[in-house]
Amino acid sequence: MLRIFWAELAKDLLLAFRRRGDLLNPLLFFAMVIALFPLGVSPAADFLTQLAPGVLWVCALLAALLSLDNLFKSDYEDGTLEQLLLSSESTYMVAIAKSLAHWLTTGLPLTLLAPLFAMMLFLPTDAIPVLVISLLLGTPTLSMIGAIAAALTVGLKKGGMLISLLVLPLYIPVLIFGASAVQASVQQLPVNAYFAILGAMLALSIVLAPFAISASLRISVSN
Amino acid sequence: MLTPLLEISELYCERDERVLFDNLSFKVQQGEIIHLKGCNGSGKTSLLRIVCGLYQGYEGDVLYKGQPLASVREQFNGSLLYLGHNVSVKQGLTLTENLRWYAKIQPQLDEALIDFAIEQVGLKNYADVYCQNLSAGQKRRVNLARLYMHKNQQYQHSIWILDEPFTAIDVDGVASLESKILEYVKGGGTVILTTHQLLEIKEGVRCINLDD
Repeated sequence: MLRIFWAELAKDLLLAFRRRGDLLNPLLFFAMVIALFPLGVSPAADFLTQLAPGVLWVCALLAALLSLDNLFKSDYEDGTLEQLLLSSESTYMVAIAKSLAHWLTTGLPLTLLAPLFAMMLFLPTDAIPVLVISLLLGTPTLSMIGAIAAALTVGLKKGGMLISLLVLPLYIPVLIFGASAVQASVQQLPVNAYFAILGAMLALSIVLAPFAISASLRISVSN
Repeated sequence: MLTPLLEISELYCERDERVLFDNLSFKVQQGEIIHLKGCNGSGKTSLLRIVCGLYQGYEGDVLYKGQPLASVREQFNGSLLYLGHNVSVKQGLTLTENLRWYAKIQPQLDEALIDFAIEQVGLKNYADVYCQNLSAGQKRRVNLARLYMHKNQQYQHSIWILDEPFTAIDVDGVASLESKILEYVKGGGTVILTTHQLLEIKEGVRCINLDD
């Protein structure tokens, strides 16, 4: 069962590495919004500190959303998705592998770069570890949830717009608890409860989302 | 009487408000070659996709060894090699990387046979070339290479479903593929294929015309 998981993960990471330009898109988006935000609103440190948790989380969420449309698209178009679904190995593992590859190529780099962007928005240094942990717990959930919508819309010509409509309501709880954790840290309040909820959402999405992704892929391929 | 390997019974399929086939029934015994015939749009590809389990919009039954396909999906998939309309190769991977990936996701394929398969489809000098740099016919051959990687000891009870396998293949390639199909069937394998070309193989071939 793990054979197909490693094969699919290795394939997606290798293809992503060979298309480095695509890898940079979410990061550039993240960087541009963070860089332009103070210019458009206010460069005052106090004001930016107050807004930083929400802005950083919204940017991370939108940057992850940007790359979702391509998650299954090329596999669908070249026919390899059919071959994956016809494998005697578990499609559950395929769904996890593809979501993990998406996270490793979008969510993880965003998380690693987040401290740099956080400093640009004058986020207190004490809150930066909280930001990183909240993104580490939250962005994989975004990838898992996003993969369901990507799988459902992969057969549609203009599925990108539909993905946003489908996933944004489901992203909101992650955004609220992620941003709240950072906000609580800025205000020197305990953050463990937020981490627990983000962790629970991650665990739930790892267990349940692959079933939904597999079923959605079968529906999309069947049309 | 032997249980047929595959049994299609009273199949009804409609696409875009057009009935492709109605009350279609036939049985496939192990070691047979089923040649599906019919004009363009007659439903050959849809039928193949139904038999594979890729298309769900139909009524009727598809049985594998007497069991509904859905209930023996894992066993059926483990015995199936499907070559569809798409070339099913990743453009950003080399020929060898593509076949190695296939050997990992389809346990019926033998990774040790990759070099042999590449040689058999005449792409020995392209083993490390990215598939995006291959011609349409060569990409087709990459897909066909999977047939040469099928573990010999697993021919029995296995099925090849081939949708237009000879498309974009030159004369030598067609002859080589036909001899491979023959070898496979003699080893106990079963083939369902569609092609508009004349098959040189005559022995063990049964034609089903969807236009009838």
